[in-house]
Amino acid sequence: METQTFAPATFSGDGLACRRGGRLVFTQLAFRLGSGDAVVLRGPNGSGKTTLLRLMAGLSRISAGKMAWNGVEIEDFEAHGANLRFIGHLDAVKPALTVAENLNFWRDLWGSPSGDAKQAATKLGLGHLVDFPARLLSAGQRHRLALARLVVAPAPLWLLDEPGNALDDASLNALAAIIADHRNRGGMVVIASHGSTVVERGAVLDVGAFTPAFKNVQETHWSEAV
Amino acid sequence: MSVFAAVLKRDLALALRQSADSFTVLAFFAIAVVLFPLGVGPESNTLAKIAGGVLWVSALLAALLSLDRLFTVDFEDGTLDQLVLSGEPLVFVVLAKTAAHWLTTGLPLILLSPVLALTLHLPGEGYGALLAALSLGTPTVSLIGAVGAALVLGSRRGGVLLSFLVLPLYVPILIFGTLSVEGAILGVSVKATLSLLGAMASFAVILAPWAAAAALRQATE
Repeated sequence: METQTFAPATFSGDGLACRRGGRLVFTQLAFRLGSGDAVVLRGPNGSGKTTLLRLMAGLSRISAGKMAWNGVEIEDFEAHGANLRFIGHLDAVKPALTVAENLNFWRDLWGSPSGDAKQAATKLGLGHLVDFPARLLSAGQRHRLALARLVVAPAPLWLLDEPGNALDDASLNALAAIIADHRNRGGMVVIASHGSTVVERGAVLDVGAFTPAFKNVQETHWSEAV
Repeated sequence: MSVFAAVLKRDLALALRQSADSFTVLAFFAIAVVLFPLGVGPESNTLAKIAGGVLWVSALLAALLSLDRLFTVDFEDGTLDQLVLSGEPLVFVVLAKTAAHWLTTGLPLILLSPVLALTLHLPGEGYGALLAALSLGTPTVSLIGAVGAALVLGSRRGGVLLSFLVLPLYVPILIFGTLSVEGAILGVSVKATLSLLGAMASFAVILAPWAAAAALRQATE
């Protein structure tokens, strides 16, 4: 087992708004995470869970508000990338490479020499497949390979977008275990999920509650146009 | 720099594993060049006169063929998001991917060109200049192409759009590349044209990665 623990850190956002395609997805959204914390994002489809996760990762731009790491406002989002691992809907798996080669690439990219591909794959039940080309994996196994990135290259903040998709019960347990382990070591987790929850004692953030009412959308839209 | 090394290593491994991609580029180059003797006729004088230009035009078109896929695969399978989150400036990722592109397409094109030059009866004096001009010019082709490939990311018919975007920018490379070969055949000093190609390469290596990185960030947003 890896014993690396993360230095105490906080990650927070205040007054966040995001506009996509002229539509205000959410506004005045605030969150705060400390070491070992987990936040579960809830909300109907289209309420902005994925948008918020991409915003937290620095992939999407903030329309208003600010985010802070350890209380310092984040300005360099390129550097912020080193604090986090993001698991999106796309698995970012290269079919031509083996499971181990895929994982070794991520380990080298994020420069974490302690990462061990075999160990990471084993944690997600892919230990027997390390030398297989990833193109032979099933959808669920591919997704587990994507999740193994979290283990092979540790970072304090995990942003997980529906990580339970395509996973069987055993894999969900494995996911719950690596999340619990990550939090024990002082890591933070933000997870968007509808279905079965894989986090214990997590705070819930209802993203849908920050969606402006239809009328307001029209008003903001017009006020900006004028 | 771990980002540069990791991406370069992975792209080379992928190119090696999926060598069909690089092979297509080379095959296109060879076929395009070989079509000229068939179309123009086998008179060695005529062929020798156009050899430099034919080789350059075919090399540019062949390179263009592969640029389409430079970022598309990473964009579509989600890898690009992760590369943006590498924690290091995205410029290193662009440089690594462009370097890998040059090593897997530009370099093989250079190595193949003397053989194809033979089929066009290129006079012996032209070979040195051809290799030098291609060596200085193809890195610029990859670098400018990377900007174009990043800009058309996510658009339908990106390949066609890409040719409209980058082919005009390749004109100076084509002109000075061809002039170098012709100059060498005529016995004129080709220092000036080769220097210009070198200058373009230095200029491109400084500016193009930044432009491409900005376009990539736009695409992932």
